[in-house]
Amino acid sequence: MLKIENLHVAYGGIQALRGISLEVPDGKIVTLIGANGAGKSTTLRTITGLVKAVSGSITWNGEELLGKPIDKIVTTGIALSPEGRRVFPDMTVLENLKIGAYLRKDKAEIEKDIKWVYSLFPRLEERSWQLAGTLSGGEQQMLAVGRALMSRPKLMMLDEPSLGLAPLVVQDIFSIIREINRQGVTVLLIEQNANMALKIADYAYVLETGKITISGSGAELLADERVREAYLGKND
Amino acid sequence: MRELIPYLINGVSVGGQYALIAIGYTLVYGILRLINFAHGDVFMVAGLVMVYATASMPIYLAIPLALIATVILGFTIERVAYKPLRTAPRMSLMISAIGVSYLIQNLAFYLTGGVPQPVNNPIPWISDTVAIFGASTKRVTIITPFLTIALVIVLVYLINHTKIGMAMRAAAKDFETAQLMGIKINSVISMTFVIGSFLAAVGSMLYFTNYPSVAITSGGMPGLKAFVAAVFGGIGSIPGAVVGAFIIGLCEEIIKGLGYTTFSDAFTFALLIVILCVKPTGLFGEKVTDKV
Repeated sequence: MLKIENLHVAYGGIQALRGISLEVPDGKIVTLIGANGAGKSTTLRTITGLVKAVSGSITWNGEELLGKPIDKIVTTGIALSPEGRRVFPDMTVLENLKIGAYLRKDKAEIEKDIKWVYSLFPRLEERSWQLAGTLSGGEQQMLAVGRALMSRPKLMMLDEPSLGLAPLVVQDIFSIIREINRQGVTVLLIEQNANMALKIADYAYVLETGKITISGSGAELLADERVREAYLGKND
Repeated sequence: MRELIPYLINGVSVGGQYALIAIGYTLVYGILRLINFAHGDVFMVAGLVMVYATASMPIYLAIPLALIATVILGFTIERVAYKPLRTAPRMSLMISAIGVSYLIQNLAFYLTGGVPQPVNNPIPWISDTVAIFGASTKRVTIITPFLTIALVIVLVYLINHTKIGMAMRAAAKDFETAQLMGIKINSVISMTFVIGSFLAAVGSMLYFTNYPSVAITSGGMPGLKAFVAAVFGGIGSIPGAVVGAFIIGLCEEIIKGLGYTTFSDAFTFALLIVILCVKPTGLFGEKVTDKV
Protein backbone atom coordinates (compact mmCIF):
# COMPACT_ATOMS: atom_id res chain seq x y z
CA MET A 1 0.00 0.00 0.00
CA LEU A 2 1.14 3.49 -0.83
CA LYS A 3 0.46 6.02 1.88
CA ILE A 4 1.05 9.76 1.58
CA GLU A 5 0.85 11.82 4.75
CA ASN A 6 0.80 15.57 5.03
CA LEU A 7 2.99 16.06 1.95
CA HIS A 8 4.26 19.55 1.23
CA VAL A 9 6.08 20.36 -2.01
CA ALA A 10 7.26 23.75 -3.23
CA TYR A 11 8.95 24.94 -6.42
CA GLY A 12 10.94 28.12 -6.06
CA GLY A 13 8.72 29.58 -3.36
CA ILE A 14 5.43 28.46 -4.87
CA GLN A 15 3.53 25.94 -2.78
CA ALA A 16 2.52 23.18 -5.18
CA LEU A 17 1.21 20.76 -2.55
CA ARG A 18 -0.02 21.97 0.82
CA GLY A 19 -0.20 18.96 3.03
CA ILE A 20 -2.01 16.28 1.10
CA SER A 21 -2.72 12.83 2.53
CA LEU A 22 -3.96 9.90 0.52
CA GLU A 23 -3.84 6.14 0.33
CA VAL A 24 -3.57 3.73 -2.56
CA PRO A 25 -4.53 0.26 -1.31
CA ASP A 26 -3.09 -2.81 -3.06
CA GLY A 27 -4.97 -4.07 -6.08
CA LYS A 28 -7.18 -1.00 -6.44
CA ILE A 29 -7.52 1.77 -8.97
CA VAL A 30 -7.25 5.14 -7.30
CA THR A 31 -7.65 8.34 -9.24
CA LEU A 32 -6.66 11.89 -8.56
CA ILE A 33 -8.70 14.45 -10.45
CA GLY A 34 -8.41 18.19 -10.56
CA ALA A 35 -7.86 21.20 -12.78
CA ASN A 36 -4.63 22.24 -14.45
CA GLY A 37 -2.03 23.28 -11.90
CA ALA A 38 -3.81 21.68 -8.96
CA GLY A 39 -0.71 19.62 -8.17
CA LYS A 40 -1.64 16.26 -9.67
CA SER A 41 1.54 15.75 -11.66
CA THR A 42 3.61 17.10 -8.80
CA THR A 43 2.17 14.38 -6.58
CA LEU A 44 3.27 11.62 -8.96
CA ARG A 45 6.63 13.22 -9.60
CA THR A 46 7.27 13.43 -5.87
CA ILE A 47 6.41 9.76 -5.42
CA THR A 48 8.96 8.72 -8.08
CA GLY A 49 11.60 11.01 -6.63
CA LEU A 50 11.85 13.44 -9.56
CA VAL A 51 10.73 16.24 -7.26
CA LYS A 52 11.93 16.74 -3.69
CA ALA A 53 9.40 17.26 -0.93
CA VAL A 54 9.57 19.97 1.72
CA SER A 55 7.98 17.84 4.43
CA GLY A 56 5.63 14.94 4.98
CA SER A 57 6.04 11.30 4.20
CA ILE A 58 5.39 8.81 1.42
CA THR A 59 5.53 5.19 2.50
CA TRP A 60 5.29 2.20 0.21
CA ASN A 61 4.52 -1.03 2.05
CA GLY A 62 5.83 0.63 5.18
CA GLU A 63 9.08 1.82 3.59
CA GLU A 64 9.80 5.56 3.41
CA LEU A 65 10.33 6.70 -0.19
CA LEU A 66 11.20 10.36 0.36
CA GLY A 67 14.91 10.99 -0.07
CA LYS A 68 15.52 7.80 -2.04
CA PRO A 69 17.10 8.06 -5.51
CA ILE A 70 14.78 7.42 -8.44
CA ASP A 71 16.34 4.12 -9.49
CA LYS A 72 15.85 2.70 -5.99
CA ILE A 73 12.21 3.74 -6.07
CA VAL A 74 11.72 2.10 -9.49
CA THR A 75 13.30 -1.08 -8.08
CA THR A 76 10.71 -1.22 -5.31
CA GLY A 77 8.05 -1.72 -7.98
CA ILE A 78 6.74 1.74 -8.80
CA ALA A 79 6.51 2.87 -12.41
CA LEU A 80 5.32 6.13 -13.93
CA SER A 81 3.94 6.62 -17.40
CA PRO A 82 4.68 10.33 -17.70
CA GLU A 83 2.48 13.13 -18.93
CA GLY A 84 2.79 13.72 -22.66
CA ARG A 85 3.93 10.09 -23.20
CA ARG A 86 7.64 10.94 -23.52
CA VAL A 87 8.57 7.88 -25.56
CA PHE A 88 12.14 7.92 -26.91
CA PRO A 89 11.42 9.07 -30.48
CA ASP A 90 14.53 7.79 -32.22
CA MET A 91 14.47 4.36 -30.65
CA THR A 92 12.37 1.56 -32.02
CA VAL A 93 9.23 0.37 -30.27
CA LEU A 94 11.08 -2.72 -29.11
CA GLU A 95 13.99 -0.68 -27.74
CA ASN A 96 11.55 1.54 -25.86
CA LEU A 97 10.09 -1.55 -24.23
CA LYS A 98 13.52 -2.94 -23.43
CA ILE A 99 14.62 0.27 -21.78
CA GLY A 100 11.55 0.02 -19.57
CA ALA A 101 13.16 -3.13 -18.17
CA TYR A 102 16.49 -1.35 -17.69
CA LEU A 103 16.96 -2.34 -14.06
CA ARG A 104 15.99 -5.97 -14.55
CA LYS A 105 18.51 -8.72 -15.22
CA ASP A 106 16.22 -11.70 -15.81
CA LYS A 107 16.50 -11.93 -19.60
CA ALA A 108 14.06 -14.77 -20.10
CA GLU A 109 11.41 -13.04 -18.00
CA ILE A 110 11.93 -9.80 -19.90
CA GLU A 111 11.24 -11.64 -23.17
CA LYS A 112 8.06 -13.01 -21.64
CA ASP A 113 6.97 -9.57 -20.53
CA ILE A 114 7.57 -8.14 -23.99
CA LYS A 115 5.17 -10.81 -25.28
CA TRP A 116 2.74 -9.88 -22.50
CA VAL A 117 2.85 -6.19 -23.48
CA TYR A 118 2.37 -7.17 -27.13
CA SER A 119 -0.66 -9.21 -26.15
CA LEU A 120 -2.10 -6.16 -24.37
CA PHE A 121 -1.26 -3.90 -27.31
CA PRO A 122 -1.16 -5.96 -30.53
CA ARG A 123 -0.60 -2.73 -32.46
CA LEU A 124 2.83 -2.38 -30.86
CA GLU A 125 3.88 -5.81 -32.05
CA GLU A 126 3.04 -4.90 -35.64
CA ARG A 127 5.22 -1.82 -35.28
CA SER A 128 8.00 -3.23 -33.15
CA TRP A 129 10.75 -2.14 -35.57
CA GLN A 130 9.30 1.28 -36.24
CA LEU A 131 10.83 4.35 -34.60
CA ALA A 132 8.63 5.46 -31.71
CA GLY A 133 8.58 9.03 -33.03
CA THR A 134 6.67 7.88 -36.10
CA LEU A 135 3.80 6.36 -34.11
CA SER A 136 0.42 8.06 -33.77
CA GLY A 137 -0.46 9.72 -30.47
CA GLY A 138 -2.55 6.79 -29.32
CA GLU A 139 0.14 4.29 -30.22
CA GLN A 140 2.72 6.37 -28.37
CA GLN A 141 0.50 6.33 -25.30
CA MET A 142 0.22 2.55 -25.56
CA LEU A 143 3.99 2.38 -25.83
CA ALA A 144 4.43 4.62 -22.78
CA VAL A 145 2.13 2.37 -20.78
CA GLY A 146 3.84 -0.75 -22.12
CA ARG A 147 7.26 0.66 -21.32
CA ALA A 148 6.20 1.37 -17.75
CA LEU A 149 4.84 -2.17 -17.46
CA MET A 150 8.20 -3.59 -18.50
CA SER A 151 9.64 -2.81 -15.06
CA ARG A 152 7.03 -5.24 -13.66
CA PRO A 153 5.54 -2.63 -11.37
CA LYS A 154 3.33 -3.41 -8.42
CA LEU A 155 2.11 0.18 -8.56
CA MET A 156 1.54 1.76 -11.95
CA MET A 157 1.10 5.51 -12.02
CA LEU A 158 -0.37 7.10 -15.13
CA ASP A 159 -0.21 10.82 -15.74
CA GLU A 160 -3.01 11.97 -18.08
CA PRO A 161 -3.07 8.95 -20.38
CA SER A 162 -6.03 10.39 -22.31
CA LEU A 163 -4.35 13.69 -23.10
CA GLY A 164 -4.86 14.71 -26.72
CA LEU A 165 -6.32 11.38 -27.83
CA ALA A 166 -9.48 10.68 -29.81
CA PRO A 167 -12.43 9.44 -27.70
CA LEU A 168 -12.29 5.93 -29.15
CA VAL A 169 -8.58 5.63 -28.39
CA VAL A 170 -9.22 6.92 -24.86
CA GLN A 171 -11.71 4.10 -24.34
CA ASP A 172 -9.11 1.59 -25.52
CA ILE A 173 -6.52 2.95 -23.12
CA PHE A 174 -8.96 2.87 -20.21
CA SER A 175 -10.02 -0.69 -20.90
CA ILE A 176 -6.33 -1.66 -20.91
CA ILE A 177 -5.83 0.12 -17.59
CA ARG A 178 -8.67 -1.95 -16.18
CA GLU A 179 -7.14 -5.09 -17.65
CA ILE A 180 -3.73 -4.32 -16.14
CA ASN A 181 -5.43 -3.81 -12.78
CA ARG A 182 -7.29 -7.11 -13.12
CA GLN A 183 -3.92 -8.79 -13.57
CA GLY A 184 -2.91 -7.57 -10.13
CA VAL A 185 -1.24 -4.20 -10.69
CA THR A 186 -2.30 -1.37 -8.40
CA VAL A 187 -3.09 1.77 -10.39
CA LEU A 188 -2.80 5.43 -9.44
CA LEU A 189 -4.35 7.45 -12.22
CA ILE A 190 -4.31 11.17 -12.84
CA GLU A 191 -6.89 12.58 -15.16
CA GLN A 192 -8.56 15.71 -16.38
CA ASN A 193 -11.07 13.45 -18.06
CA ALA A 194 -12.81 13.04 -14.70
CA ASN A 195 -15.80 11.22 -16.09
CA MET A 196 -13.77 8.31 -17.49
CA ALA A 197 -11.44 8.18 -14.51
CA LEU A 198 -14.20 8.10 -11.89
CA LYS A 199 -16.00 5.33 -13.75
CA ILE A 200 -13.10 2.92 -13.41
CA ALA A 201 -11.79 4.12 -10.03
CA ASP A 202 -12.34 2.26 -6.76
CA TYR A 203 -11.48 5.39 -4.87
CA ALA A 204 -10.95 8.98 -5.91
CA TYR A 205 -9.53 12.21 -4.60
CA VAL A 206 -10.18 15.73 -5.84
CA LEU A 207 -7.17 18.01 -5.73
CA GLU A 208 -7.62 21.80 -5.74
CA THR A 209 -4.64 24.18 -5.62
CA GLY A 210 -2.49 21.78 -3.67
CA LYS A 211 -5.10 20.47 -1.26
CA ILE A 212 -7.42 17.50 -1.27
CA THR A 213 -10.96 18.85 -1.01
CA ILE A 214 -13.19 15.86 -1.69
CA SER A 215 -12.64 12.13 -1.53
CA GLY A 216 -14.78 9.05 -1.84
CA SER A 217 -15.45 6.03 -3.99
CA GLY A 218 -15.59 6.60 -7.73
CA ALA A 219 -19.35 6.17 -7.75
CA GLU A 220 -19.81 8.59 -4.85
CA LEU A 221 -17.83 11.28 -6.57
CA LEU A 222 -19.64 10.74 -9.85
CA ALA A 223 -22.84 11.52 -7.95
CA ASP A 224 -21.40 14.35 -5.87
CA GLU A 225 -22.97 17.70 -6.73
CA ARG A 226 -19.74 19.69 -6.33
CA VAL A 227 -17.75 17.29 -8.50
CA ARG A 228 -20.45 17.25 -11.15
CA GLU A 229 -20.47 21.00 -11.30
CA ALA A 230 -16.73 21.57 -11.34
CA TYR A 231 -15.39 18.59 -13.25
CA LEU A 232 -18.13 16.79 -15.11
CA GLY A 233 -19.73 19.84 -16.68
CA LYS A 234 -23.27 18.93 -15.70
CA ASN A 235 -25.41 21.62 -14.21
CA ASP A 236 -28.75 19.83 -14.22
CA MET B 1 49.33 14.60 -58.51
CA ARG B 2 52.24 12.39 -57.49
CA GLU B 3 53.60 15.08 -55.21
CA LEU B 4 50.24 15.26 -53.44
CA ILE B 5 50.25 11.63 -52.32
CA PRO B 6 52.26 12.14 -49.12
CA TYR B 7 49.93 14.99 -48.22
CA LEU B 8 46.87 12.85 -48.80
CA ILE B 9 48.28 10.10 -46.59
CA ASN B 10 49.09 12.68 -43.96
CA GLY B 11 45.63 14.20 -44.29
CA VAL B 12 43.88 10.94 -43.59
CA SER B 13 46.13 10.44 -40.59
CA VAL B 14 45.61 13.92 -39.15
CA GLY B 15 41.89 13.47 -39.82
CA GLY B 16 41.92 10.31 -37.72
CA GLN B 17 43.59 12.14 -34.86
CA TYR B 18 41.06 14.97 -35.04
CA ALA B 19 38.29 12.36 -35.12
CA LEU B 20 39.44 10.80 -31.86
CA ILE B 21 39.29 14.21 -30.17
CA ALA B 22 36.09 15.28 -31.91
CA ILE B 23 34.16 12.29 -30.57
CA GLY B 24 34.79 13.56 -27.04
CA TYR B 25 33.24 16.93 -27.90
CA THR B 26 30.29 15.43 -29.65
CA LEU B 27 29.51 12.79 -26.99
CA VAL B 28 29.53 15.32 -24.18
CA TYR B 29 27.51 17.79 -26.21
CA GLY B 30 25.00 15.09 -27.06
CA ILE B 31 24.26 14.39 -23.44
CA LEU B 32 24.92 17.65 -21.56
CA ARG B 33 24.50 20.19 -24.40
CA LEU B 34 27.85 21.49 -23.23
CA ILE B 35 30.90 22.41 -25.29
CA ASN B 36 33.58 20.95 -23.07
CA PHE B 37 36.28 23.57 -23.55
CA ALA B 38 38.62 21.61 -21.31
CA HIS B 39 38.72 18.70 -23.74
CA GLY B 40 41.69 20.06 -25.72
CA ASP B 41 43.60 20.42 -22.47
CA VAL B 42 42.80 16.87 -21.45
CA PHE B 43 44.33 15.93 -24.80
CA MET B 44 47.44 17.96 -23.95
CA VAL B 45 47.75 16.36 -20.50
CA ALA B 46 47.59 12.92 -22.13
CA GLY B 47 50.59 13.96 -24.25
CA LEU B 48 52.52 15.16 -21.19
CA VAL B 49 51.79 11.99 -19.23
CA MET B 50 52.96 9.95 -22.21
CA VAL B 51 56.22 11.88 -22.41
CA TYR B 52 56.92 11.52 -18.69
CA ALA B 53 55.76 7.92 -18.47
CA THR B 54 57.68 6.61 -21.47
CA ALA B 55 60.83 8.27 -20.15
CA SER B 56 60.67 6.51 -16.80
CA MET B 57 59.12 3.10 -17.35
CA PRO B 58 58.77 0.39 -19.98
CA ILE B 59 56.33 1.08 -22.74
CA TYR B 60 53.86 -1.68 -21.80
CA LEU B 61 53.34 0.16 -18.49
CA ALA B 62 53.62 3.69 -19.85
CA ILE B 63 50.82 3.42 -22.41
CA PRO B 64 48.19 2.02 -20.04
CA LEU B 65 49.25 4.56 -17.43
CA ALA B 66 48.78 7.46 -19.84
CA LEU B 67 45.36 6.12 -20.86
CA ILE B 68 44.21 5.58 -17.28
CA ALA B 69 45.52 8.92 -16.04
CA THR B 70 43.67 10.74 -18.83
CA VAL B 71 40.46 8.87 -18.15
CA ILE B 72 40.71 9.71 -14.45
CA LEU B 73 41.30 13.36 -15.33
CA GLY B 74 38.21 13.49 -17.57
CA PHE B 75 36.09 11.74 -14.97
CA THR B 76 37.29 14.07 -12.19
CA ILE B 77 36.66 17.21 -14.25
CA GLU B 78 33.04 16.15 -14.73
CA ARG B 79 32.51 15.29 -11.05
CA VAL B 80 34.13 18.44 -9.70
CA ALA B 81 33.31 21.13 -12.25
CA TYR B 82 30.14 20.05 -14.07
CA LYS B 83 28.13 17.76 -11.81
CA PRO B 84 27.44 20.41 -9.13
CA LEU B 85 26.01 22.60 -11.93
CA ARG B 86 23.53 20.02 -13.22
CA THR B 87 20.51 22.25 -12.65
CA ALA B 88 22.30 25.55 -13.30
CA PRO B 89 21.81 27.50 -16.53
CA ARG B 90 23.90 26.19 -19.42
CA MET B 91 25.95 29.37 -19.48
CA SER B 92 27.33 28.62 -16.00
CA LEU B 93 28.40 25.19 -17.16
CA MET B 94 30.18 26.67 -20.16
CA ILE B 95 32.01 29.22 -18.01
CA SER B 96 33.01 26.44 -15.66
CA ALA B 97 34.43 24.55 -18.66
CA ILE B 98 36.52 27.57 -19.68
CA GLY B 99 37.74 27.83 -16.09
CA VAL B 100 38.78 24.18 -16.06
CA SER B 101 40.63 24.69 -19.34
CA TYR B 102 42.75 27.48 -17.87
CA LEU B 103 43.20 25.63 -14.59
CA ILE B 104 44.65 22.62 -16.39
CA GLN B 105 46.94 24.77 -18.51
CA ASN B 106 48.21 26.58 -15.44
CA LEU B 107 48.72 23.39 -13.48
CA ALA B 108 50.65 22.04 -16.46
CA PHE B 109 52.66 25.26 -16.52
CA TYR B 110 53.50 24.76 -12.86
CA LEU B 111 54.55 21.14 -13.36
CA THR B 112 56.58 21.64 -16.53
CA GLY B 113 57.93 25.04 -15.61
CA GLY B 114 56.48 26.30 -18.86
CA VAL B 115 59.16 24.45 -20.84
CA PRO B 116 57.86 22.39 -23.77
CA GLN B 117 58.60 18.78 -22.95
CA PRO B 118 60.54 17.09 -25.75
CA VAL B 119 58.98 14.04 -27.34
CA ASN B 120 61.85 11.56 -27.72
CA ASN B 121 60.60 8.71 -29.75
CA PRO B 122 58.18 7.65 -26.98
CA ILE B 123 56.66 4.66 -28.73
CA PRO B 124 59.51 3.39 -30.91
CA TRP B 125 57.71 0.97 -33.23
CA ILE B 126 55.16 3.49 -34.51
CA SER B 127 57.86 6.13 -35.08
CA ASP B 128 59.75 3.96 -37.58
CA THR B 129 59.93 5.27 -41.10
CA VAL B 130 58.13 3.24 -43.74
CA ALA B 131 57.50 3.71 -47.45
CA ILE B 132 54.05 3.74 -48.98
CA PHE B 133 53.07 4.62 -52.57
CA GLY B 134 56.57 5.90 -53.08
CA ALA B 135 56.27 8.30 -50.16
CA SER B 136 58.18 7.79 -46.94
CA THR B 137 56.45 8.48 -43.67
CA LYS B 138 56.30 7.36 -40.06
CA ARG B 139 54.43 4.17 -39.36
CA VAL B 140 52.04 6.08 -37.08
CA THR B 141 50.65 7.87 -40.13
CA ILE B 142 49.56 4.57 -41.62
CA ILE B 143 48.25 3.14 -38.35
CA THR B 144 46.19 6.14 -37.25
CA PRO B 145 43.26 5.95 -39.68
CA PHE B 146 42.85 2.18 -39.16
CA LEU B 147 43.03 2.45 -35.39
CA THR B 148 40.55 5.33 -35.51
CA ILE B 149 38.07 3.42 -37.63
CA ALA B 150 38.40 0.34 -35.42
CA LEU B 151 37.75 2.38 -32.27
CA VAL B 152 34.79 4.12 -33.90
CA ILE B 153 33.28 0.77 -34.86
CA VAL B 154 33.64 -0.46 -31.28
CA LEU B 155 32.10 2.75 -29.98
CA VAL B 156 29.15 2.65 -32.36
CA TYR B 157 28.54 -0.97 -31.42
CA LEU B 158 28.68 -0.02 -27.75
CA ILE B 159 26.16 2.75 -28.23
CA ASN B 160 23.72 0.85 -30.42
CA HIS B 161 23.86 -2.63 -28.95
CA THR B 162 24.67 -2.52 -25.26
CA LYS B 163 22.68 -1.55 -22.22
CA ILE B 164 24.93 1.34 -21.26
CA GLY B 165 24.74 2.55 -24.87
CA MET B 166 20.97 2.43 -24.74
CA ALA B 167 21.08 4.41 -21.49
CA MET B 168 23.34 6.99 -23.14
CA ARG B 169 20.97 7.40 -26.06
CA ALA B 170 17.98 7.69 -23.75
CA ALA B 171 19.69 10.24 -21.51
CA ALA B 172 20.77 12.28 -24.52
CA LYS B 173 17.14 12.60 -25.58
CA ASP B 174 15.33 13.05 -22.29
CA PHE B 175 17.03 13.18 -18.88
CA GLU B 176 13.86 12.94 -16.86
CA THR B 177 12.26 10.02 -18.65
CA ALA B 178 15.60 8.21 -18.68
CA GLN B 179 15.65 8.53 -14.89
CA LEU B 180 12.12 7.15 -14.71
CA MET B 181 13.45 4.01 -16.40
CA GLY B 182 15.88 3.67 -13.49
CA ILE B 183 18.89 4.94 -15.45
CA LYS B 184 21.46 6.55 -13.16
CA ILE B 185 22.03 9.73 -15.05
CA ASN B 186 25.30 10.60 -13.31
CA SER B 187 26.89 7.27 -14.19
CA VAL B 188 25.86 7.73 -17.80
CA ILE B 189 27.39 11.19 -17.92
CA SER B 190 30.58 9.94 -16.27
CA MET B 191 30.71 7.20 -18.87
CA THR B 192 30.65 9.71 -21.73
CA PHE B 193 33.57 11.58 -20.16
CA VAL B 194 35.48 8.34 -19.66
CA ILE B 195 34.99 7.33 -23.30
CA GLY B 196 35.77 10.82 -24.60
CA SER B 197 38.96 11.11 -22.53
CA PHE B 198 40.11 7.62 -23.46
CA LEU B 199 39.79 8.38 -27.17
CA ALA B 200 41.49 11.76 -26.71
CA ALA B 201 44.38 9.97 -24.97
CA VAL B 202 44.77 7.54 -27.88
CA GLY B 203 44.60 10.47 -30.29
CA SER B 204 47.17 12.33 -28.22
CA MET B 205 49.71 9.50 -28.34
CA LEU B 206 49.36 9.27 -32.10
CA TYR B 207 49.41 13.03 -32.60
CA PHE B 208 52.43 13.92 -30.49
CA THR B 209 54.52 11.12 -32.01
CA ASN B 210 54.76 13.44 -35.02
CA TYR B 211 55.74 16.51 -33.00
CA PRO B 212 59.01 17.46 -31.35
CA SER B 213 57.50 18.55 -28.03
CA VAL B 214 54.39 18.91 -25.89
CA ALA B 215 53.79 22.44 -24.60
CA ILE B 216 51.01 23.52 -22.23
CA THR B 217 49.16 25.15 -25.10
CA SER B 218 49.59 22.18 -27.43
CA GLY B 219 45.99 21.09 -26.86
CA GLY B 220 44.61 24.37 -28.17
CA MET B 221 44.89 24.03 -31.94
CA PRO B 222 44.04 20.32 -32.37
CA GLY B 223 41.25 20.79 -29.80
CA LEU B 224 39.77 23.71 -31.72
CA LYS B 225 40.04 21.93 -35.05
CA ALA B 226 38.42 18.81 -33.66
CA PHE B 227 35.68 21.04 -32.33
CA VAL B 228 35.21 22.53 -35.80
CA ALA B 229 35.08 18.97 -37.16
CA ALA B 230 32.37 18.08 -34.64
CA VAL B 231 30.32 21.15 -35.61
CA PHE B 232 30.93 20.54 -39.30
CA GLY B 233 29.70 16.95 -39.00
CA GLY B 234 26.76 17.98 -36.83
CA ILE B 235 27.51 18.23 -33.13
CA GLY B 236 25.98 15.39 -31.19
CA SER B 237 26.50 12.92 -34.03
CA ILE B 238 29.39 10.43 -33.86
CA PRO B 239 29.54 9.58 -37.58
CA GLY B 240 29.34 13.32 -38.21
CA ALA B 241 32.35 14.03 -36.03
CA VAL B 242 34.39 11.30 -37.71
CA VAL B 243 33.50 12.30 -41.27
CA GLY B 244 33.98 15.98 -40.44
CA ALA B 245 37.40 15.27 -38.93
CA PHE B 246 38.61 13.30 -41.95
CA ILE B 247 37.39 16.00 -44.33
CA ILE B 248 39.12 18.75 -42.37
CA GLY B 249 42.34 16.74 -42.02
CA LEU B 250 42.43 16.04 -45.76
CA CYS B 251 41.60 19.60 -46.78
CA GLU B 252 44.30 21.05 -44.54
CA GLU B 253 46.96 18.76 -45.95
CA ILE B 254 45.86 19.27 -49.54
CA ILE B 255 46.12 23.04 -49.03
CA LYS B 256 49.61 22.52 -47.62
CA GLY B 257 50.46 20.32 -50.60
CA LEU B 258 49.38 23.05 -52.99
CA GLY B 259 51.84 25.39 -51.31
CA TYR B 260 49.48 27.49 -49.22
CA THR B 261 50.58 26.21 -45.80
CA THR B 262 49.96 29.66 -44.28
CA PHE B 263 46.26 29.37 -45.04
CA SER B 264 45.61 25.81 -43.88
CA ASP B 265 44.45 26.84 -40.37
CA ALA B 266 42.50 29.78 -41.74
CA PHE B 267 40.69 27.43 -44.08
CA THR B 268 39.42 25.30 -41.19
CA PHE B 269 37.97 28.26 -39.34
CA ALA B 270 36.54 29.80 -42.49
CA LEU B 271 34.83 26.47 -43.03
CA LEU B 272 33.32 26.76 -39.54
CA ILE B 273 31.85 30.16 -40.39
CA VAL B 274 30.48 28.93 -43.71
CA ILE B 275 28.90 25.83 -42.18
CA LEU B 276 27.32 27.86 -39.39
CA CYS B 277 25.82 30.24 -41.95
CA VAL B 278 24.71 27.67 -44.51
CA LYS B 279 23.84 24.55 -42.52
CA PRO B 280 24.07 25.20 -38.78
CA THR B 281 23.09 21.61 -37.92
CA GLY B 282 26.12 20.29 -39.81
CA LEU B 283 26.34 17.36 -42.19
CA PHE B 284 24.64 14.82 -39.93
CA GLY B 285 22.90 17.24 -37.57
CA GLU B 286 20.60 15.72 -34.96
CA LYS B 287 17.74 14.26 -36.85
CA VAL B 288 14.32 15.04 -35.55
CA THR B 289 11.94 12.15 -35.93
CA ASP B 290 8.55 13.52 -36.71
CA LYS B 291 5.24 11.85 -36.97
CA VAL B 292 4.64 10.88 -40.57
